[in-house]
Amino acid sequence: MADIKQARAVLEARIVEGAGQAPPAQRRAAFNNAGVSEPLAAVIDKVARQAYRVTEGDIAAARASGLSEDQIFEMVICAAVGQATRQYETAMAALEAAAGER
Amino acid sequence: MRLAVLDHGHSAGTKALFTLIRLLSRQPVLDAVKLVKYRADFYGRPMQRVTQEAMRGPSAWPVGDRELMAAIVAQANACEWCTQAHAAVAQAAYRDQVRVSAALGDLDTAALAEPLRATLRMLRKLTREHAVDADDMRALLAAGVSRPQIEDALAVAFAFNTMCRLADAFGFFVPGPQAFEAGAKYLLARGYR
Repeated sequence: MADIKQARAVLEARIVEGAGQAPPAQRRAAFNNAGVSEPLAAVIDKVARQAYRVTEGDIAAARASGLSEDQIFEMVICAAVGQATRQYETAMAALEAAAGER
Repeated sequence: MRLAVLDHGHSAGTKALFTLIRLLSRQPVLDAVKLVKYRADFYGRPMQRVTQEAMRGPSAWPVGDRELMAAIVAQANACEWCTQAHAAVAQAAYRDQVRVSAALGDLDTAALAEPLRATLRMLRKLTREHAVDADDMRALLAAGVSRPQIEDALAVAFAFNTMCRLADAFGFFVPGPQAFEAGAKYLLARGYR
C-alpha cells in the first residue's frame, strides 16, 4: 500500500510553519479556510471550495490587500492543501467507520 | 499564469533547465513544472514526495488506474488542465485511448472493472461534495475493493485535489495535446520526482 502519512505531515508542517513570507498565523488561517481577514477571505474560500471560478480579479484583489506575489503563492498553496486535507481526512474517517464494523 | 514569479521568478539554474526541456522536448515547459520548481523547498519538493508515493508507490492499483483516478478527480474539480494532462498519462499507461475517453465521458457505461468504477464514483463524490460517508465506504468494500485499495485511491485524490486547485487558482496555460503527450511520456518514465 502507498503510504503518504509522513510525506503529508512534512508538507503541511513546511507550508504552514516553515520559513515563508506570509506570517504562519495567516498561512494557518488559509489552510483552515477560517479566520482569514477580508477581502482575502473571499479569495481563499474560492480556492478551497470553487477553485475553477478563481479569476484574474481575485488575484488582483489579493494584491490590493497588500500581499506580495510570494505571499499570494504561499496563501493559495495553504488553502489548496488545507481543503484537500479536510476531504482526505473525512474520507479516511468514513473508511475507518465502515471497515471497523467488519 | 497569474503570478509573474511562477513564469519568470526561477533561479538561473532552473531557467537553464527549462531551456534544456524546451530544446529536448520541442514543447513549452508545462506550468505544473514551473510551479513545482518555484521555491521548490516550500511546496514543490515536499508535494512531489506525496505525489510520487501516491502515483508510483506500492499499490494494488496499476499506474494506469491511478492516472485515470487523477483524471476523474480533475474532471470533478472542473479543472481542464489536470483533466487533459492526466487523461494523456492514463492513455499512455494503458496504451488505450478509448477506455480513458469512455470513463471521462460516461463513467456508468464505460467498460471498466466494477471495483475500479465504484472507486472512481466515490472519488468523484468526494471531490464534488467535499465529503463521503461510511455508507459510501461500505458500498465500496461490498463491491470488492479492499481497504488498502481505498486508502491508495484517497491518496491519489489528495494529490489531485491539491493540484487542481493550484492549476485553476494560478491560471495554468492549457497547451496543445502534444505538450501533454510529451509530459505524459516523462511522467511514465521518471515519475513525479
